[in-house]
Amino acid sequence: MSNINRREFLKILGIGAFIGLGGWSLFEVVGRGEIEAFVERYRKAPEALHAKRWAMVIDLKKLNPKIINDCTEACHRIHNVPKILNPKEEIKWIWEEKFKNAFPELKDEYMAPEIKNMSVLVLCNHCENPPCVRVCPTKATFKRKDGIVMMDMHRCIGCRFCMAGCPYGARSFNWRDPRQYVKNENPEFPFRMKGVVEKCTFCYERIDRGLPPACVEVSNGAIIYGDIADPNSEVRKVLSSNFAIRRKAKLGTKPSVYYLI
Amino acid sequence: MLELALKGSPRYWGWLFFLAILIGAAFITYLYQFQIGLGITGMSRDVSWGLYIGQFTFLVGVAASAVTIVLPYYLHNYKKYGRIAVLGEFLAVPSILMCMLFIFVDLGQPMRVLNVLLHPTPNSIMFYDMIVLSGYLILNLLCGWVILMAEKKGAPPPKWIKPFLYIAICWAPSIHIVTAFLYQGLPGRDYWMTAIMAAKFLSSAFASGPSLLVILCMIVRKFTNFDPGKEAIQTLAKTAAYFLLVTIAFYLFEVFTAFYSGITSHQYSIIYLFKGLEGYSKLVPVMSICVLLAAIGLIILITPPLRKWEVTLAIGAASTFLCMWLEKGITLVVGGFIPNPFERVFEYWPTLPEAIITIGVWAVGFFVLTLLYKIASTVKEKAVFDKYGEKQIKVSV
Amino acid sequence: MLYDGGKIVFGLLIFIVFVTLPFTLSIGKEYYKPKVEINTPQIMKLPEAERKCVESKEFMRREHMKMLIDWRDAVVREGKTLYVNSQGKTFNMSLQNTCMHCHSNKSKFCDECHNYVKVKPYCWDCHIEPKENIKKEAGL
Repeated sequence: MSNINRREFLKILGIGAFIGLGGWSLFEVVGRGEIEAFVERYRKAPEALHAKRWAMVIDLKKLNPKIINDCTEACHRIHNVPKILNPKEEIKWIWEEKFKNAFPELKDEYMAPEIKNMSVLVLCNHCENPPCVRVCPTKATFKRKDGIVMMDMHRCIGCRFCMAGCPYGARSFNWRDPRQYVKNENPEFPFRMKGVVEKCTFCYERIDRGLPPACVEVSNGAIIYGDIADPNSEVRKVLSSNFAIRRKAKLGTKPSVYYLI
Repeated sequence: MLELALKGSPRYWGWLFFLAILIGAAFITYLYQFQIGLGITGMSRDVSWGLYIGQFTFLVGVAASAVTIVLPYYLHNYKKYGRIAVLGEFLAVPSILMCMLFIFVDLGQPMRVLNVLLHPTPNSIMFYDMIVLSGYLILNLLCGWVILMAEKKGAPPPKWIKPFLYIAICWAPSIHIVTAFLYQGLPGRDYWMTAIMAAKFLSSAFASGPSLLVILCMIVRKFTNFDPGKEAIQTLAKTAAYFLLVTIAFYLFEVFTAFYSGITSHQYSIIYLFKGLEGYSKLVPVMSICVLLAAIGLIILITPPLRKWEVTLAIGAASTFLCMWLEKGITLVVGGFIPNPFERVFEYWPTLPEAIITIGVWAVGFFVLTLLYKIASTVKEKAVFDKYGEKQIKVSV
Repeated sequence: MLYDGGKIVFGLLIFIVFVTLPFTLSIGKEYYKPKVEINTPQIMKLPEAERKCVESKEFMRREHMKMLIDWRDAVVREGKTLYVNSQGKTFNMSLQNTCMHCHSNKSKFCDECHNYVKVKPYCWDCHIEPKENIKKEAGL
């Protein structure tokens, strides 16, 4: 080995480092296996609600200013959604829009003003084919088995690709630390940090504890929800006996939020 | 070879120092952005991408345009490009670097950027963008460096570099196609959702890249003894001319489709950019300048006498480059977000901190570019003759 | 012979002084040991035999960070909210509502060690810490 030159030494060093790193990652994978075995210790709560695909039907005829206010207030309060007045930095999970804005492709110049300006509650559509999930580079937004389009705020890198992808404007970005804009915080739910995207999560934290989404609960029957894959569910019954529309259905995103007009 | 970048005239050091000041200012501003959040920019809930992502998009094109030199040279043995192939490759390197930096400064949670690797997501175009960009960076650095090294030693380039050269040629369009796919695959953004986006990206890249190279070649010739060659510059100008023409045509195709079909949602962004929508018209001046520059660039580049006279050529190349920069670097991204999904108009204009950070990232690019071009030109000056036995230094010296 | 030997040695000296600063600066200073308190009212309310965390003290000390991350992923990504510990007891997986319910003294529980080892977990950027030090807040 006395005639080993610098070049060869470096080569050997490089190969050694490569094998070392490989071994390390193998160790990591095996180590992970151990943790996987652990996973069985995690269980769904027995009271959790189950569905193949959650859906919501909003009856616009039943909406009134009080219900709209109750829904948005309830949602934003329990989820610590900051109240930012600057429209550029606004954060909203569920909010009021006029019919002509929520359904721009349906507006018509001869449409009755009361329909054109009718109040509509809009929120994340929890699409069956969600573009936001498709474009997210880290799986920070993903579709749960029950159809809820979830947001993992721990993983979001804040690239805002999902905001460009969402054709419904359902996503908000934390342009600065939201904490100072939350009054009367709900101590049972976290805030978000600056630099992440957030949106309605179909109240996953309530569904997993056996409770209906907050907006449904306070809507006085204007919003119903259920498993759209189940022919006997209330949403299916309502949809089979009423004319319902979805926002921008032609885009193929298959929204799970229906509107009765 | 790196040591070649360490010897230079006071003017060279002055230029680097100037860039360093810009970088420093941008760095401090970035710390401020890091502290407060992206709220210090002009971006909003409705226009959620702005100057940063625009610059990224534009610079991917500049990087890809290296292929306009490398391909004629290595595939068609176009000898005039022998001298400047390395200039193309060394332009791609800082361009990609700037692309990466622009993505980084645009992130809301930059500390988590490695999540892209930790949780690789093949259904996201961003994943492929990351792969092609890093690959392209390595390929260009490798090819440029190895070939320049060979020239320095006065030896032919090693054989093993050949496959890498060919891979780099195929790789170049991919980076810009993937970048276009970031946009054109999004439902509900009608300005972007068009199949011609990728083609237009490539054509505008191959107009802006060669235009920049024309200017860079002139600068190199002025400040060093290395002469990239009059004919090489002329061919670059011709390349830029054809692709500028193609780009304008592609844009007009888009306008035709939107307006002849009469589909209003396809028209909104175009109307906003050229005329203003619902009384909002912040980008109309930008778009007007863009049209004016395109006209100047086109007239100069397609008129042989104007193209041949280097004074007008410089103006034409600069116009083309700036036109493409305004189109892709600002209006394309912002225009796509207007109107918003509720058909309301929320406008965007960059803020001062955002502009400082943007300038700083460009300064990083020019810093690296200066170092690489300094190395390349010094090697060329010392070699005196190019591969084909022609003098590649200025005759007057 | 070492070219520029003087300069190199001088540089090395500066380097050594710098890297040993944490040690040299703390010479003669009092040795600080983190003192974690687990005597919150919520814990003291429990009968002596039940004063146990979800897992053993040693396990928690060693693995709590991993466990919290696994809890997080289970809740956020899989919709699983219950943790069954090695004794078969079930807990609701929640930093805010389970951990901090008992350990309502973040400053004397979490921060004590985290400050000592100079780690800054970003849990509290979003998760709401229990209101402690009411006196201090009132004084502000």
